[in-house]
Amino acid sequence: MNDAGHASSAPEALRADNIVKRFGPVTALDGVSLALRRGEILGILGDNGAGKSTLMKILTGYQAPTSGRLFVDGREVALHSVDHARSLGIECVYQDLALANSLSVYHNMFLNREIVHRGPFRLLNHRAMREQAAACLEGMGVHIPSVDLPVERLSGGQRQAIAVARAVHSEARILLLDEPLAAMGAREAGLIIDLLLRLKSEGKLSIAMIMHNYAQTLDIADRVMLMQHGRVTYEKDAAATSVAELMEIVRREYRAMRTA
Amino acid sequence: MRRRALDAFLRWQEASILVVALLLIAWFENANHDFLLSSASLENLSQFVAPAAIIACGEVMLMIGGEIDLSAGMVFALAPFVVHFAADAGVPVVLAVLLGIVVAGFVGLINGVVTLLLDVPSFVTTLGTLFLVNGFTLTISHGTPATPPGSEAFAQVMGAWGYSEILWTLLIVAVLHVVLRHTRWGLHTIASGANETGAREAGIHVTRLKIGNFVITAVLAGFTGCLESFRIGSIDPQAGGNQIMFLAVAAGVIGGTKLAGGSGTIVGGLLGALVLGVLNDGFTLIGINAFTFNIILGAAILAAMLFNIHITRLARAGGRT
Repeated sequence: MNDAGHASSAPEALRADNIVKRFGPVTALDGVSLALRRGEILGILGDNGAGKSTLMKILTGYQAPTSGRLFVDGREVALHSVDHARSLGIECVYQDLALANSLSVYHNMFLNREIVHRGPFRLLNHRAMREQAAACLEGMGVHIPSVDLPVERLSGGQRQAIAVARAVHSEARILLLDEPLAAMGAREAGLIIDLLLRLKSEGKLSIAMIMHNYAQTLDIADRVMLMQHGRVTYEKDAAATSVAELMEIVRREYRAMRTA
Repeated sequence: MRRRALDAFLRWQEASILVVALLLIAWFENANHDFLLSSASLENLSQFVAPAAIIACGEVMLMIGGEIDLSAGMVFALAPFVVHFAADAGVPVVLAVLLGIVVAGFVGLINGVVTLLLDVPSFVTTLGTLFLVNGFTLTISHGTPATPPGSEAFAQVMGAWGYSEILWTLLIVAVLHVVLRHTRWGLHTIASGANETGAREAGIHVTRLKIGNFVITAVLAGFTGCLESFRIGSIDPQAGGNQIMFLAVAAGVIGGTKLAGGSGTIVGGLLGALVLGVLNDGFTLIGINAFTFNIILGAAILAAMLFNIHITRLARAGGRT
């Protein structure tokens, strides 16, 4: 990406130093370090069981690391809950999206952050939520027929877009995405890729995303890192690597395993 | 254009039940001209509809969240005895009624705490409290009926006057409809029924919410028990019971509430109770006995369920873009 140079000079939004996570005898993360600059998109690749999801859970405050240090905006923090991480501007979109399917798009966008009328009964201000949700989605270039539709009537890509929009709308500065393009056709994936690039172009949001597809990752990300067996085995600017190179590393790994 | 069509459809789900109720009324009116136009039968109908509709309000809130309260009918029988004994002990009658409602709410609290904090499915929890509360009521009452306390005027307000029960019902339905559609409590109840994990991830206090809905249901059941005791002028330890509880659940389901949670309407519950009331009164007036009524009730519930599932599926197939 052209502005990778710009991103590399931007201040660090999130930094993890030597994160270790053990579950009893199993070491899920064995000294993982990463840095995410403001306005940067980091793609995290790796096999199942490489520790990507565990890393996400630690970054969202859902689990505490066994050892290692976390820095948000250069300040060391010990995340003790998801709410705590959220208060620091870290939002995560899980694969299940956490949407209530029978509720409308605008109710989902404002779930647990509803706008209420003044007065003793604190009744919901449906109109304000409807208008703001529509404006927010419009601003992000997410097109859906109506914000009144229950989300169960939207496609997988539209739902993912709603979940991302909700996280961004809540003033996230660090967005963690768990396989945002999983099980999506080319057109649907294009919708999300456009959304992510648009968010990136605004420059305020840092995005770390778990991915499976190498080509798509290189398309969107400024930097990619490869995780294997709880370690970061490779990290490079997306512009300086290729699908072939990434495949070669993984293949080498398999060969090593077979001969061992 | 699409939005207007959708709005119309969403309203339609309640309207379809209303249409069913109106068609049934027209049919019975045609078969027996005394069905509605005589004041006595209108009163009768309202008194059948009222208790089922009030308890349905609570059951709908619970079912939307994916829970159910089977003990509501037994709490219905318990509350008026608490009122009776409190009044006997010298408590002013208004306070005695409040005490009855508080005791009912306490049963709801137990239902909620056991279900949510001890992780027992609500079907099992409330099956347990169903027998427990029933046994308790029979024990304290020695199985014999009692007389409700208080002045004649108080009794009139609390259900003895022909239409006071249905007025209470309309008030409660209106309040709970607003709670469900226009407060965070209602919205979060729907969210926790549609996606409990997601609701928790969004920071919604699902546990507190659901315990609250158990309390609401039990309070409404206890209050309904009191209304019925003042209306009849006697407190019967066998009153209410599983019959009224299942009528309330059936009213909710016929009204379009999903047992699996995630959607439902309070107004639908009222209309569901109206349909059941019309069926009951209508068939009684044209001379069909109670045994046959159960066959028809069962068929009506199945038909309503099939209708709901089918309409939802059609809507999904048609609405996808």
